[in-house]
Amino acid sequence: MQQTEHYNDRVVRQFALMTVVWGIVGMLVGVVIAAQLMWPALNFDIPWLTYSRLRPLHTNAVIFAFGGSALFATSYYIVQRTCHVRLFADKLAGFTFWGWQAIILSAAITLPLGMTSGKEYAELEWPIDILITIVWVSYAIVFFGTLAKRRVQHIYVANWFFAAYILTIAVLHLVNSAAMPATLFRSYSVYPGVVDAMVQWWYGHNAVGFFLTAGFLGMMYYFIPKQAGRPVFSYRLSVVHFWSLISLYMWAGPHHLIYTSLPDWVQSLGMVFSIMLIAPSWGGMINGVMTLSGAWHKLRTDPILKFLVVSLSFYGMSTFEGPMMSIKSVNALSHYTDWTIGHVHSGALGWVAMISVGSLYALIPRLYGLDRMYSIKAIDIHFWTTTIGIVLYVAAMWIAGLMQGLMWRAVNTDGTLTYTFVEALKATYPYYAVRVLGGFMVFCGMLLMAWNVWKTVSSVKHGPDIPVLAPAAH
Amino acid sequence: MNRFWNYWVVVLTAINIAGALWLLWATSRKRPGHQGPAEETTGHTWDGDLSEYNNPLPRWWLWGFYASVIFGLGYLVFYPGLGNFAGRLGWTQENAWAADVATARKQSDVQLAKYDHMNLDTLRHDDNAMRTARNLFANHCAACHGTDAHGSKGFPNLTDGDWLHGSDPATITTTITQGRVAVMPAWEGIIGPEGVEQVSSYVLALSGHPGDAQMQRQAKAGAEQFATVCVACHGADGRGNIALGAPNLTDNIWLYAGNIETIRETVAKGRNNQMPAHADILGATRVKLLTAYVLNLSGATDEEREEHEANDSPEGDAHEPTDTAGTQAH
Ligand code: HEC
Ligand code: HEC
Ligand code: HEM
Ligand code: HEM
Repeated sequence: MQQTEHYNDRVVRQFALMTVVWGIVGMLVGVVIAAQLMWPALNFDIPWLTYSRLRPLHTNAVIFAFGGSALFATSYYIVQRTCHVRLFADKLAGFTFWGWQAIILSAAITLPLGMTSGKEYAELEWPIDILITIVWVSYAIVFFGTLAKRRVQHIYVANWFFAAYILTIAVLHLVNSAAMPATLFRSYSVYPGVVDAMVQWWYGHNAVGFFLTAGFLGMMYYFIPKQAGRPVFSYRLSVVHFWSLISLYMWAGPHHLIYTSLPDWVQSLGMVFSIMLIAPSWGGMINGVMTLSGAWHKLRTDPILKFLVVSLSFYGMSTFEGPMMSIKSVNALSHYTDWTIGHVHSGALGWVAMISVGSLYALIPRLYGLDRMYSIKAIDIHFWTTTIGIVLYVAAMWIAGLMQGLMWRAVNTDGTLTYTFVEALKATYPYYAVRVLGGFMVFCGMLLMAWNVWKTVSSVKHGPDIPVLAPAAH
Repeated sequence: MNRFWNYWVVVLTAINIAGALWLLWATSRKRPGHQGPAEETTGHTWDGDLSEYNNPLPRWWLWGFYASVIFGLGYLVFYPGLGNFAGRLGWTQENAWAADVATARKQSDVQLAKYDHMNLDTLRHDDNAMRTARNLFANHCAACHGTDAHGSKGFPNLTDGDWLHGSDPATITTTITQGRVAVMPAWEGIIGPEGVEQVSSYVLALSGHPGDAQMQRQAKAGAEQFATVCVACHGADGRGNIALGAPNLTDNIWLYAGNIETIRETVAKGRNNQMPAHADILGATRVKLLTAYVLNLSGATDEEREEHEANDSPEGDAHEPTDTAGTQAH
């Protein structure tokens, strides 16, 4: 019927390049809001530059625009390469690109205008929610369609994680965004009171678990063995940690609502399942790091591998920290403090951003028929600025968070609180300054990446059509 | 929770934990032919060079997983978690909180008991008592009045000797225990924008800011307005009325701000201000300590206050501000 089939790399290239663009935008907004916490006057009294509106812009831009584009790019690439077929439904795949960019643009317009449903990480109003649903269902059709026509019998482990992430996000989005529209840009959640809070954090935590974790584990399972040139450490470990991860994550949402009006029993289940999540999470880290055994020497020369390995260490750290923060008495100290923000960014910057950046550096040259990026030196510099920037950011927030928690609860012998809120805030300023510095370094790294990508890509007129590789004979 | 949902929760929890345990047990069993780290892949290859070893689960990881499950099950035996089962310890967050609060209250009541029978004047000169009072002020009052009690827009300065509601100890105690509500009606609908403009100029002139020629003309018209509508609360001379909490408008001390825009806003739209009641939050002894502290804040010694009261000046204009910027808060 057809002579030679080629991979559909066009949509992968589109998403890969937009990942860099949105990374820069999202992290710039991050630096701006970090600076606003330091110097509140930076909102210039303009409503759409206020912290309250830029903060959700930051989270949406880094998670859904930057992280989302990276996931689309890598999942489309990996599912083709490991199923040995061209992507299912080219047109639909193209639609997911333009649809996703349209969603991002509408977020970038409506959030600064103050239109929000008020649910964290699900702020977009109902017309945009409907567009998200359409794009996501198309994504699922393309991905599962490709899986269905695969030319190898066994489904590669990376695809399990992508499949779980795509399915779960669809369910989460539909359930959490259920709302009664009042006007075109205003709607009200269908859930009452504490049920709404629970649904929101069931969504919120699984967005972390499936969007920011499972999807990126899929990335890890392809690019680490590829880049190291070694087989994955243990198939069995993949099986155990995959199933335990996805089943246990579902329960952990209540740890965001500890010591609230949520009934005790729900809080306890959230805590218990969070503790049981350590091992499944670490299973992924172990499988990644052990894959490198025998290839450690490559770390000296390959900065991409450095990105990938350091991202796994941050992953291990934040998935140990998270369960500790789920323990009720620890959460009583950490909740409402910058410790949470430190945890978030050790996961989001250390794990999510670093694995994405590392994977892109490996992916982009291949998409253009090249064997490496324009400048390896620049990747190395990017690696160091990012790593140091993240360590500054996260360490500053840990110290600040612990200090805030301890200051808020310090009590004098006469039963009064030792510090006022403002005193604790004042003590936090130096750490806010360090965060601005760390965030700025990470942002500069992204600019360097953009330059490097531009230099790499602009030498190639047309992205090549790469023929589908025949499956290995078994 | 009714019985159905109770069992639903218990069964789902049990199934998930049992499932995880079964998975662990099944995959960690040694299979014939698979002893130790086999340098042999599963036989599948993807994308040219991707393959997988099938190493056994690392032991420390496996035991760690079992340990976390055992911890979880133990927790669910002792604490609420499995549906309606309350847990062996009978722990609830409400009880835990109430117990903590009770302990802290008791401790602090013991500490403060020595002040129960001291009078205000003794307390005002007792360093320990005032240290505690300063802490109480920081905890309960500083959010509105500022740590230094200098106030901010809408929240009165408590250090300037100028009072909305009165400076004698009994009044201050009443302010703290029962709170205060101060309402200044909105006038725009009654005297019109023109009237607002005129009377606002007049108010500014009362505090010694006559403004330019046009404002002076308006102020003249405003004087008549003032004498008819404002006089009821602010008095004929504009020196206010502590019974109503209506401020003295002649002392260039401002609760909101002493510029024409803010005054216009106050007159046009009115103000509705509240000091919350603290009787239930603090109890009598703490209120007494705070009363003493507030008296000290305004700098007045006992003698000064007596002199002051003898002067019969309800609005205590002992502190004429030295700056003429006219934007100082009360
Ligand atoms: C929620 C904010 C708030 C808190 C908390 C608060 N206040 Fe007030 N307070 C006010 C406001 C507003 C007024 C002015 C009411 C008015 O406009 O008449 C006021 C008025 C007063 C006055 C009367 C001032 C005068 O000029 O007559 C005193 C005294 C006072 N507060 C003491 C305290 C003390 C002591 C505490 C702590 C126990 C406290 N306040 C806590 C808001 C607050
Ligand atoms: C019903 C009584 C009442 C009447 C009548 C009244 N006021 Fe007031 N006014 C108050 C009270 C009470 C306050 C204090 C509001 C507060 O504490 O927030 C006040 C506050 C003000 C202030 C703010 C002072 C500051 O320090 O910032 C201005 C200015 C003022 N009034 C002007 C007027 C003018 C002009 C009129 C007549 C058009 C008027 N008031 C009529 C009760 C009244
Ligand atoms: C240059 C890099 C970045 C900087 C300077 C930055 C800065 C910030 C700041 C200042 C906040 C608000 C904290 C607060 O409210 O106290 C924030 C929140 C957040 N950021 Fe970032 N950020 C960066 C990168 C990222 C990335 C790459 C991600 C995700 C992939 C991310 C995810 C989040 C999330 C999820 C929150 C909300 C946290 C919460 O609500 O607890 N950030 N960020
Ligand atoms: C086993 C894994 C994890 C557990 C049990 C866990 C647990 C927690 C806990 C207890 C909180 C604080 C809730 C609060 O006090 O408000 C939290 C917040 C958060 N975590 Fe994790 N965490 C884990 C992994 C991760 C990872 C890998 C990421 C990112 C990639 C991440 C992202 C976040 C975010 C964004 C928040 C802030 C939510 C908000 O308040 O807006 N977590 N997590």
